[in-house]
Amino acid sequence: MAEIMTLIGGRSSKQGTTLCASKLGAAYAEISSTLEMNVEDMARLGLSNNSKVRLRTPAGEAILRCKGRETKDLPPGILFMTYGPLSSQLMAGDTAGSGMPISKNLDVEVEPVRDENGP
Amino acid sequence: MGENLKVVRDATCTFCGCVCDDMHLTVDLDQKRIMKAENACILGKAWFREHGIEERPLALIGGRTATTEEAVEAAAQILAQARFPLIYGLSDTTCEAQRVAVAIADMIGGTVDTTTSVCHGPSGIAFEGVGESTASLGEIKNRADLVVFWGGNPAEAHPRLFSRYAVTPKGMFIPNGRKDRTVVLVDVRRTPSTPAADIFIQVKPRSDFEVLWALRALVKGRKVDPSIERRTGVSLAVLEDLVARMKSCRFGVFLFGMGLTMNRGRHFNSGALLALATDLNEFTHWVAKPVRGHGNVTGADNVVSWQTGFPFGVNFSRGYPRFNPGEFTSVDLLTRREADAALIIASDPADNFPKAAIEHLRRIPVITLDPKATPTTQLAQVAFTTATYGINVSGTVYRMDDVPITLRPAFESPYPSDEQVLTAIRDRVRALLGGNRLPAGAPVAAAS
Repeated sequence: MAEIMTLIGGRSSKQGTTLCASKLGAAYAEISSTLEMNVEDMARLGLSNNSKVRLRTPAGEAILRCKGRETKDLPPGILFMTYGPLSSQLMAGDTAGSGMPISKNLDVEVEPVRDENGP
Repeated sequence: MGENLKVVRDATCTFCGCVCDDMHLTVDLDQKRIMKAENACILGKAWFREHGIEERPLALIGGRTATTEEAVEAAAQILAQARFPLIYGLSDTTCEAQRVAVAIADMIGGTVDTTTSVCHGPSGIAFEGVGESTASLGEIKNRADLVVFWGGNPAEAHPRLFSRYAVTPKGMFIPNGRKDRTVVLVDVRRTPSTPAADIFIQVKPRSDFEVLWALRALVKGRKVDPSIERRTGVSLAVLEDLVARMKSCRFGVFLFGMGLTMNRGRHFNSGALLALATDLNEFTHWVAKPVRGHGNVTGADNVVSWQTGFPFGVNFSRGYPRFNPGEFTSVDLLTRREADAALIIASDPADNFPKAAIEHLRRIPVITLDPKATPTTQLAQVAFTTATYGINVSGTVYRMDDVPITLRPAFESPYPSDEQVLTAIRDRVRALLGGNRLPAGAPVAAAS
């Protein structure tokens, strides 16, 4: 069952180092397709580390892999991912006349993805 | 490591807006690689390590290998024929290249926009409305005894901001370094930056404006209802304590990130923080600086401002510069499918723009200048491989505090610089158009 959570896009040092090597490489693809999620939220949704999860906004959707974060580090209901091709899929083009699309604190639908290859 | 080594002292790292100019680089001239970058942070080390010379074609036209000259001709034809072209990027190249890009936009009656529009563009809008109490990073290092980071994660995005300027270094009036500073971090989540702070204030998402406005009220001696905690996640007692500290420090600084600008409220958030800094100057000295991401995004703001009067999102289709965020900014021009060609310099919008904007980039002829292959170079009709600024190319960049710094390149590249390619494109477009393109309906006298 899908839940609504708040997605924060941002930078990380690992993303910064991998993009220097290549934005077309496997390391960058991996870091930009990882979703940090509160461990209690993950448990409630039946997710474990590396489980696939689908995020959906009115603009589009993306499938990422979960990585658990303790509540002291990431509150329940908050998600974090680094900017990259998948975060772009979720962003709307409307800038409210400012030039700036919203990429932090997006409301997203979160849904576990079950596939035959694993969790 | 080979024997043909060179040491470049006090070179500049252009990965982020800190533009640290104390790098000591050990260069293997045979391999054309930087083997060691003394003083660099983790990001700087990766930047220098990964920018050797890659085996890439000088240019691609429609995916086929071409010479730079052939690509210049193809690019010039695209720009000369376009009716509403966009020139975008510019934050990872020199001011000298930026200047030529603005000249091209002027000549073809196009739009010039920089990555500022999707970075601190809202802060730029707020500066115009509220003003900016500013300082150099050197002043902050030497004087600031209360440092408030708001909506950013410098430990991961600007690591040396802590160690070189704002947290640990000793300064002229901060003789004991870290012990003489109080560091506050305001964010919606804990990050690797949080342990560096004495006080961490965790706000609820989409509540920055409300917290800032409540702080303004408290600074002015107004009453704030304790229900502020329910809305923002921050108790009135915490806000009152922060206000007391802010009013009693000797020199306070807000260093704010994109947690304010990429969030609901955008320029209202930045404006609220800038107004708070102004309010606090009634009591003591306060400044506010946006923390900038790319190595020369501040230079882009400066160059576009010098040449057009506006910092980003500038359109020349009427023959004179017009600034209108939301109308002449890249995401809007692409999402509304208005741009009919794009020249993208040292930037990768296909990796970070909204989906609808990227889809339009796939529909129109795109020209790219980049040292690396990226998602944007992959969709380009004409893709130039260029030398890396700061590593292969000299020139001027601006640190995030608007201080210009001259680059000391480490080794030569077989690829041309952005400035060289842009100059060649400018000259060829000028020849094709016979001078500046005049706007439709321009008075006859203007043509003579």
